[in-house]
Amino acid sequence: MGRTTTLSQFQVQTDGYYGKFGGAYIPEMLFPNVEELRQQYLQIISDAAFQAEFQQLLHDYVGRPTPLYFAKRLSDLNNTRIYLKREDLNHTGAHKINNTLGQILLAKRLGKSKIIAETGAGQHGVATATVCALMGMECIVYMGKVDIERQKPNVERMKMLGAQVVPALSGSQTLKDATNEAMRHWINHPHDTHYIIGSVVGPHPYPDMVARFQSVISEEIKHQLLTKEGRENPDYVLACVGGGSNAAGAFYHFLDEPSVQLIAAEAGGLGVNSGKSAATTVLGKTGVLHGSKTILMQTEDGQVVEPHSISAGLDYPGIGPIHAHLYDTQRAQFYAITDDEAMQAGLLLSRMEGIIPAIETAHALAVLPKMQYKPEDLVVICLSGRGDKDLATYMSYPYESA
Amino acid sequence: MIDNRLTRFFKQTPHPALTVYCTAGFPTLHDTVPILESLQTAGADIVEIGMPFSDPIADGEVIQQSNQVALQNGMTIKTLFEQLQGFRQKVHLPVLLMGYINPVLQYGIERFFEHAAEVEVDGVILPDLPLAEYEREYLPLCRKYNLSAVFLVSPQTDETRIRKIDDLTEGFIYLVSSSSTTGKTQGIQAEQINYFERIRQMQLKNPKQIGFGIADKASFQTACQYAEGAIIGSAFIKAIAQSADLPASIRQFVQGLR
Repeated sequence: MGRTTTLSQFQVQTDGYYGKFGGAYIPEMLFPNVEELRQQYLQIISDAAFQAEFQQLLHDYVGRPTPLYFAKRLSDLNNTRIYLKREDLNHTGAHKINNTLGQILLAKRLGKSKIIAETGAGQHGVATATVCALMGMECIVYMGKVDIERQKPNVERMKMLGAQVVPALSGSQTLKDATNEAMRHWINHPHDTHYIIGSVVGPHPYPDMVARFQSVISEEIKHQLLTKEGRENPDYVLACVGGGSNAAGAFYHFLDEPSVQLIAAEAGGLGVNSGKSAATTVLGKTGVLHGSKTILMQTEDGQVVEPHSISAGLDYPGIGPIHAHLYDTQRAQFYAITDDEAMQAGLLLSRMEGIIPAIETAHALAVLPKMQYKPEDLVVICLSGRGDKDLATYMSYPYESA
Repeated sequence: MIDNRLTRFFKQTPHPALTVYCTAGFPTLHDTVPILESLQTAGADIVEIGMPFSDPIADGEVIQQSNQVALQNGMTIKTLFEQLQGFRQKVHLPVLLMGYINPVLQYGIERFFEHAAEVEVDGVILPDLPLAEYEREYLPLCRKYNLSAVFLVSPQTDETRIRKIDDLTEGFIYLVSSSSTTGKTQGIQAEQINYFERIRQMQLKNPKQIGFGIADKASFQTACQYAEGAIIGSAFIKAIAQSADLPASIRQFVQGLR
């Protein structure tokens, strides 16, 4: 029980690895909780009653399925056919709630009464605080002190929803440190607490569990494309990658379809050679952080370095092990998008389609002009979140050609 | 069969072990070896040298801070091995290197074991190394280089896993006293005593040392009633952090525990 055997080389294997990446590198104090999860997650989420509750809430509460929108003006501009998967229209404004809803239902079945989470931009924190309010569970969100200052609206939302927001004061006081603090909290409260990790990172089974909860994105894309275009598979799927949960969800059902090109946009910051970047596949090498072996930005001595991105949600020194594997096997292509390219792309989508994307999402949009398409190609972009939270950054940004 | 200062210590020494954790390169870069010497003079039995890491998730504030200071001081594994060259001329205590796995991976796993053996360290504690990886890749190196590998056991670790850890260990078992990060708890509660008793009744082949939350004479002596020794980390780091006279502070600290 609790194990998966799959023929796909892109799915997690029974030992918790994706190729060379993954595993569960955790101190013994976390082992019993993570092991309990590993033994039970597949059984719980495949249970009919679980699925019934999950699917109903995704439909009635989150607002799924999200539209697959043909972006005509953007398509004309790029001389191809572009669809936007509108995850920004989910309740709470991003894909994050697909995962938090799945995990809180799972936490209830594990008998847990308290929830902890980490957050960077605050989207995962808000999505966690939301489902905790929905289920009447206590919620503590760790957030870097620096991020608390730059994402104030989301901090206020979490508080409004009844969550306690605890500033992470250690290290660089950003997402990586918030994750450290959440893990420390879990070590100190192993009995009644479930840790809802927000991305496809962390020890096995988290990357696989989060990918499964997010896989609804690509499942819907397949159905919607079939209806709209008469074929299930697009030619390209584009998504941004911080830890990589929206990308994992958007890629999931296309992993074993070699005709579908998978494109990941990483945060290049001020440029990959500037020393102010979060382009993990360019700047990182194999290492271990937050419980898994992956590609990691680090010094020669193995100390984790501080990434930089204008988007707090991509400001992470690693990527999920599934993405490290997709990179390593060249199943996915990775592009490093600079702060400036992302901001321009965000502005462009606002003006051309009337959709203000999250700055994270704008990184995926910025890949568009870097690629060559045929006019008949089908390009799907995962529009992972909306940009309301980023208005201050958008408005104060010194655009070169606005 | 691993035979080094650590395994011999537990065979030959009748009294419970006082094991002290210090962070390499803390409070200043070149304090590492002088601290070992002072600990030996003061009467400590075993030393764990912490290799600092940027993201020590099992550690509380005190050890986090010492890690950060040590990294700012420029401590690296390479520097630590340079500092430990020839330290055996003065220090005969069993010494273990303790740290998170990532810096070791970057140093090179075999190269790390080779150099640890070369400077005559006796063992390693790598708290976030999975047991399966240890068996596959690290155990053969421990045997080749005659190094003990020590694993942690927590109050939630089940009996099957404890037996497995005992089987794989030649050195001692590190009993984490409660569900916590380092430096968190003070004193030993009834619940913990039940846990120590439960482990003692398992009659493991390895000696046990109790760590996490051991901070003073009372907790040290209580822990020693249930195990072959106890480990002090955060309290020691606090005692030396602001010290103007390290040998004196260390002597005072160790004597205060006996």
